[in-house]
Amino acid sequence: MDLFEKLTILSDAAKYDAACTSSGVDRDGRPDGIGSAQACGICHSFSADGRCISLLKVLLSNACVYNCQYCVNRISNDAPRATFTARELADLTIQFYRRNYIEGLFLSSGILKNPDYTCEQMTEVLRILRQEYRFNGYIHVKAIPGADPLLIERMGMLADRMSVNIELPSEQSLTALAPNKKKGAILAPMRQIRDGITQSQTDIVRYRHAPRFAPAGQSTQMIIGATPETDFQILRLSEALYKKYSLKRVFFSAYMPVVESSLLPSLDTKPPLLREHRLYQADWLLRFYGFEAREILDEENPNFNPFLDPKCNWAIHHMEHFPVEVNTASYETLLRVPGIGVRSAKRIVAARRTGSLDLAALKKIGVVLKRAQYFITCRGKLPDAARLRSDNMIRAVLSDKAAAMLGLPQGEQLSLFHDPKMLTREDVLQCLTGEL
Amino acid sequence: MPDRRTVSGYEYDGSFEGLLCCVFESFARKEQPLDIRAEGEAQFTLCPPRRIETSGERARRVALSIPRKICPEAAGWVRDGFLSCAPHKELLILEFLRKGYRAGPQIVRMLQDETVAELFRAAQFVGNEAHLLKGFLRFVERDGMLTAVIDPKNFVLPLIAPHFAGRLPGETFLIYDRSHGMALLHHRGKMQVFPADDIAFTPENEAEREYQRLWRQFYKTIAIEGRYNPKCRMTHCPKRYWQNMTELCGEISAPSDQNLLKNPADSGIMEEKKRRIPAGKVAAYDLHTESGRPRDSGAHAWSRAPEHQDGRRL
Repeated sequence: MDLFEKLTILSDAAKYDAACTSSGVDRDGRPDGIGSAQACGICHSFSADGRCISLLKVLLSNACVYNCQYCVNRISNDAPRATFTARELADLTIQFYRRNYIEGLFLSSGILKNPDYTCEQMTEVLRILRQEYRFNGYIHVKAIPGADPLLIERMGMLADRMSVNIELPSEQSLTALAPNKKKGAILAPMRQIRDGITQSQTDIVRYRHAPRFAPAGQSTQMIIGATPETDFQILRLSEALYKKYSLKRVFFSAYMPVVESSLLPSLDTKPPLLREHRLYQADWLLRFYGFEAREILDEENPNFNPFLDPKCNWAIHHMEHFPVEVNTASYETLLRVPGIGVRSAKRIVAARRTGSLDLAALKKIGVVLKRAQYFITCRGKLPDAARLRSDNMIRAVLSDKAAAMLGLPQGEQLSLFHDPKMLTREDVLQCLTGEL
Repeated sequence: MPDRRTVSGYEYDGSFEGLLCCVFESFARKEQPLDIRAEGEAQFTLCPPRRIETSGERARRVALSIPRKICPEAAGWVRDGFLSCAPHKELLILEFLRKGYRAGPQIVRMLQDETVAELFRAAQFVGNEAHLLKGFLRFVERDGMLTAVIDPKNFVLPLIAPHFAGRLPGETFLIYDRSHGMALLHHRGKMQVFPADDIAFTPENEAEREYQRLWRQFYKTIAIEGRYNPKCRMTHCPKRYWQNMTELCGEISAPSDQNLLKNPADSGIMEEKKRRIPAGKVAAYDLHTESGRPRDSGAHAWSRAPEHQDGRRL
């Protein structure tokens, strides 16, 4: 089998992994080597599905001995199998890297023979890259659950980021769909990686040249929509993962039906992309906006509002906090205003130290007022638009897509006469809050 | 403002130092030029502009005063703003400095001010484009040398140069900025920028074509059909970059990449106005690393080099 075919099979098998980030570590190039890394990460291309391509994302092998129901590479699936040799993959990575196609390597693998053997093979690729080529670029590697802790430690010393996929959002689902994977076996390497990172960070303080263990942290991924968990459960789980395992990221992957199984949604199921999108929005609220999972969703409303993003949804259910005065509100309060993100909030806080802000100033600063104007005051005054058009507030905070789903008119026609067919604010509010 | 009189316009040599000398002139003579133009740029005014000679000493005084009297961040904005494609960027920088000397370090927080906001946006655009090109630039190996063509709106070559030099220290590479008619050559740790109009590249060999084929295949395979979202792709990777990207140049309805790389002038894609940089501009542009610190010794070699254009022979 030639390299072209192998690459096709093994990148095809790896494409359902959501993560392709190259962030979290800053490392200058060395004169005797090749490569460097930037903490912000660099996207090198975007595939036709709009996802970033930053790393050469491949499996070392798709000849897996496991039989996970949701996976294309399960042993009972009749698919072509291929395995890279370590040298082949390392050479390909370097050649792609030289041409600036990629930022580094994302290496995962099906289970060849057993977890230990697989882990050794993957480590060999990393060793060739790091030691023979003196490769300084980014390496993200999947830890293989069930492998010997010593092997995982060795891998972490060579990689920048490690991840263990928790695959599904609950233990029951895991038992049902991935009989070879156990919750304990997944969490054990996660714990080990977390402890390794903490240990390495203390060592760095003591000895400047102490080897670094997974300096870009660890991440994980779970499949959304294959199993019956609610959004609230998923969000609580990711919150716990951030807190307990100090993960850098939790990725969600909308379930794509790739194999027929009685345990899974049927093959013609559409991937729940909107749900995945809402989960990411909520994930951002957890990580950067100081929200807690319990504020975003609760037992009574365990699923996301399809029409409103989670922050907007929170805001219209908590109108008692609004409007906020942009000139005095704290940074944390500004972050809770729909339409104001981390950048805008930081700019507002910086700019208002030099003089009070009015609406025109906000625009110049680059704050997008489409939604924010209904939730703020400038020098004690509501923006005119918000006062005149408060009835249309709900329409204004909806995205065009959501408005189309609700059957609301796109954009707004100015009219001298009241149009009786228009939904009133109360109608829409009821509909959105679920009373209707 | 009564404290300075308005004069017709300044003309400078197009270098960063030259612009700093214009700033010096404007302050020393208490005058506000109607326009500041680099020499060679078309201008249609009734009164001829006054020529401002570049003096290293004056430029140095202004350059030092910015971080000292305003703040280092402002110096970064001025530097990036100078590389931008904003119209009348020279006047914008002068106006910004005027306000900055008055307001001090807080000027970089005064985004509600029109001038400050405009320079901030220009500098951000430069930074963003430089960041994008760190990813979207594609090297093609020809006779052991890596070559790349870019068509940026801003003159980002000085900003991406340290990145690639640090990343590929052992490689000889050439980055050709087609829209500004400039090229960067890196060889054995030394870099130089020189004006280049039309670089004729030698054709790539079989091995190179094979890697391109592998990369295109990877690109095609990694997309999930069920999530096809061309609009999202275009948001993140604007179409104007596609023509120079190995995996995407085939997807625009335009001549194939082969033509493009061999003879950019015929491709017809770059009909856009060329943003030429006068030769002197680069000579005087002091290369800084991304963190704003001046690079140490060896790297300075290229910033003074345009007189001897060795690179062309390659």
